[in-house]
Amino acid sequence: MSTHDHGDHVHPEHGADDPHAPIDDFDHYRPESLLMEQALRELLMEQGVFTAEDIQRQIDLTESRTPALGARVIARAWVDDAFRAALLADAKPALGSAFELDLANTPELTVLENTQAVHHVVCCTLCSCYPRNILGIPPAWYKSREYRSRVVIEPRSVLKEFGTELPAQREIRVVDSTADMRYLVIPLRPQGTEGWDEERLAALVTRDSMIGVAQALVP
Amino acid sequence: MSKNVHDMGGDPAGLIDRAEHSRTLFDQRVDAMLRLLAHPQKGYFTVDAMRRSIESLDPQAYHELAYYERWVRAVRQLAIERGLVDEAALEQRMASIAARRAVKP
Amino acid sequence: MSRPALAAGVAVKVGTAEPSTHCRTPHYLRGKHGVVVRTLGRYPNPEALAYHKPGLPPITLYQVEFDAAEVWGERLREAPYRITADIFEHWLEPAVPDSGQGNAA
Repeated sequence: MSTHDHGDHVHPEHGADDPHAPIDDFDHYRPESLLMEQALRELLMEQGVFTAEDIQRQIDLTESRTPALGARVIARAWVDDAFRAALLADAKPALGSAFELDLANTPELTVLENTQAVHHVVCCTLCSCYPRNILGIPPAWYKSREYRSRVVIEPRSVLKEFGTELPAQREIRVVDSTADMRYLVIPLRPQGTEGWDEERLAALVTRDSMIGVAQALVP
Repeated sequence: MSKNVHDMGGDPAGLIDRAEHSRTLFDQRVDAMLRLLAHPQKGYFTVDAMRRSIESLDPQAYHELAYYERWVRAVRQLAIERGLVDEAALEQRMASIAARRAVKP
Repeated sequence: MSRPALAAGVAVKVGTAEPSTHCRTPHYLRGKHGVVVRTLGRYPNPEALAYHKPGLPPITLYQVEFDAAEVWGERLREAPYRITADIFEHWLEPAVPDSGQGNAA
């Protein structure tokens, strides 16, 4: 797989098939970091701690969790009251059985429902806690100093930066994931989607709407 | 002790850079190494130890290093703490990889 | 220790300790009054896990809700809202509801 898809940061001297691809991105990273990664990986493989195949399988597993999975979950919750109730009551078992996901050895998950009365927005001020088992790796901004510092003290202003303006009477609840629980937001189902099937609805559910910095797309 | 560098809720900060970044192979491999080492059934160390290690970076390094650059330093520290790799052997390997790379046209 | 000590709706105050070691109680909530939303289960103590210790027996984790006015006082610059955070039991003590507020609301 190519690791050089950084717009204008492509290294002309290293093609995607370069056998030395592990050390890449000298534009972005200190050489010391890249050397450290390769040295650690080599030594840990030599010690039998893990194999190259373990690494690849772990990468594949991580990459298989994307916001598209979350969007399917939300669409199901919008159309299926029993599933939504199960999801809100105990998310991991509900997800495991409905979507055939192996969520063992992944963190606990709580699903929060946005309503006309309350809007949840999730963050992690201490590090980067995120419902990776459903949404994959968090976006860079979620891990940024700016988001982590500001969303707990000026959430409306932060939401506005994301283009999200909520009615004044809607209560905001900023959810700081400080410990072992991860949080996933069910955004409000947009009006004008009555009778839509899950696939059509899922296309309205963005990653950011499941973090709570945005609302679902309006058809 | 005053507030640590990672504990930033409420700190003054500027506009949020919302640019999307695709992950590099470096990012993916560091991420995978942590997941494998901190897997509950392997238990070489915990995500909590990983956080502790990241938080102990000096504040300037914490802010200057990219996310996975912080991580790789934490994995390094914990792998040494747990006796999985020898610090001198690691330094030596980094030097030999650097030498290999330098020979490359 | 089998049942959670704090029920939903109970008013609590977050501890004011300033450990120099790893902990998961953000600084901006130390000493603040909130209300328990729910219990989130019991988990090994991250303050021990971070140093390769088992952190047992596990400690009950609570989702606690705070008024922004209580948290930020005079720094508050937006309309009222709430913050929730997940706090371990040993960081919480029962508190008299509404105490410590009134400085901003």
